[in-house]
Amino acid sequence: MSRTPSTTTDAVVVGGGIIGLVTAWRAAQRGLSVAVVDPEPGGGAAQVAAGMLAAVTELHYGEQTLLGLNVESARRYPEFAAELSEASGRDLGYRACGTLAVALDADDRAHLRELHALQRKSGLESEWLSGRECRRLEPMLAPGVRGGLRVDGDHQIDPRRLAGALVTACERSGVVFHRTWAERLSVVRGRARGIVLADGGELAADQVVLAGGSRSGQLAGVPDEVLPPVRPVKGQVLRLTVPKRYAPFLSRTVRAVVRGSHVYLVPRVNGELVVGATTEELGWDTEVTAGGVYELLRDAHELVPGITELPLTETRAGLRPGSPDNAPLLGPTALPGLLLATGHYRNGVLLTPVTGDAMAQVLATGELPEEARPFTPRRFSGASLEQPA
Amino acid sequence: MADDAFVLGGTTYSSRLIMGTGGAPSLDVLERSLTASGTELTTVAMRRVNAGVHGSVLSVLEKLGIGVLPNTAGCFTAGEAVLTARLAREALGTDLIKLEVIADERTLLPDPVELLDAAETLVDDGFTVLPYTNDDPVLARKLEDVGCAAVMPLGSPIGSGLGIRNPHNFQLIVEHARVPVILDAGAGTASDVALAMELGCAGVMLASAVTRAQEPVLMAEGMRHAVEAGRLAYRAGRIPKRHFAAASSPSEGQARLDPERPAF
Repeated sequence: MSRTPSTTTDAVVVGGGIIGLVTAWRAAQRGLSVAVVDPEPGGGAAQVAAGMLAAVTELHYGEQTLLGLNVESARRYPEFAAELSEASGRDLGYRACGTLAVALDADDRAHLRELHALQRKSGLESEWLSGRECRRLEPMLAPGVRGGLRVDGDHQIDPRRLAGALVTACERSGVVFHRTWAERLSVVRGRARGIVLADGGELAADQVVLAGGSRSGQLAGVPDEVLPPVRPVKGQVLRLTVPKRYAPFLSRTVRAVVRGSHVYLVPRVNGELVVGATTEELGWDTEVTAGGVYELLRDAHELVPGITELPLTETRAGLRPGSPDNAPLLGPTALPGLLLATGHYRNGVLLTPVTGDAMAQVLATGELPEEARPFTPRRFSGASLEQPA
Repeated sequence: MADDAFVLGGTTYSSRLIMGTGGAPSLDVLERSLTASGTELTTVAMRRVNAGVHGSVLSVLEKLGIGVLPNTAGCFTAGEAVLTARLAREALGTDLIKLEVIADERTLLPDPVELLDAAETLVDDGFTVLPYTNDDPVLARKLEDVGCAAVMPLGSPIGSGLGIRNPHNFQLIVEHARVPVILDAGAGTASDVALAMELGCAGVMLASAVTRAQEPVLMAEGMRHAVEAGRLAYRAGRIPKRHFAAASSPSEGQARLDPERPAF
């Protein structure tokens, strides 16, 4: 599909991570002319993320509003994945394998029972299993497992494949990529008008979407009062490989809280086993540390002792875009022409479908769909956590 | 309570509740919890934050005007703790340090030998040292002897919510100490905190009891009241416990009924 070239693009998206890409793809599908600015489209946190679609097992007290959006996005995933596979001609590694959250001692068990009660109160489906039942499902689990929650609705996807497929789908629907950094937002007479690029070029646009992940608060030219209160939250993640002779090793995502820290093992069809993740407030630091790797392996080993036999093929750290309430910022800001799609924190991969739909709708019609309205950036106006450095 | 000052390292605080940030579900909840708790001093793990980064925990404290008490959580040797304390001083420009030297990951109990060693080094280095210690009166005295500005015994293991397992030891520590004694670790709910204050603690430090509660902001407010209630009760002096009842309305206090002048 070709488009009439014009000097002004309908929408320019700053940031070509999965959130920026899905926004661009969905907007282009609605007939808008769209450009994406990113030196490396398809990069970012999706290159590190494990890709758990865990609306139910990631439930936390006080996050019931976010739960609604997470559940809605999880519901849309099968159809979204099928449509994106079709549009890109790529496999996304989408796997409806379910999740097993287990407890390793009496304290963890009490914690998990509390989560189970909260899930039931919230109308979510999960089944309590004894330790033996857990180990019958996943024989590689440690003998000490005291019980667990089986959640068949928490699926997984390979975020790297998802990002690659989104780049292809964008290209095929006419999205223009500018492979450079965005230097500054242009604001003319109180309205966002486009982006000045690091290579000196300028993009004029009717609407600008800031989807820069953890860097979203860094773009020059954005007035302080609409700058998103997003901070980087470091996560270290390991990748192991399950050799064919051990396959399947694990047949679903297995996770646990080990002495207060969360550990999960996500097995892919291709033999990759992702182990994550630390949570560290260390700014822009993306070093992999001995302590991070040690703690992940220690906890994973306690959960699944057999992992010591597997090759450790990759260690990497990424930055989650954290918002003050852990929920994303979606839609128009107080500055006309500037919209946000950022702050997805732990749930960027899960929220990709619903974010794309919501952002495309607001770009095309000016109205956020109902499910996205609680996540307007305006909920932070006047209460921004950003302080002058 | 101007006549009941809480002085720690030369600074006077009107709140006797020191908060921690560990386990907070989000920055937003943390901010509202800290406000509800009325705290003026909050401890932050130096190994888990970067002082140079804005928009994180330290920015919340700055915005709320709450003092930062850096701690050495996660250190297993005196050497690591001393190094972490020095980095904290450099990053935050404060001599205050909450000294933690942990013996093992399962219990997170303090290692008394390493702790005393680190405390001595840091005091000599000009730090105001607030050590997280066992509820051992002898160790508390030794920490005071090397120049610690307070002692912070645990009620029970960190994050356990088991309250004060040995109130008698707390009494012994408080009776002997000439520096503030602050309950550190173990508080699970408001009554644990009130008990600490009734036993004569100068303050209470807690994190999990609030951050991991189902409604952290409500629990923070509860803790604020518990500290105040316990302190007032301590200052007021409790009544002796008796085996039998003692009527609270003795005859001399009864209203005399005058048939000429009905009361109502």
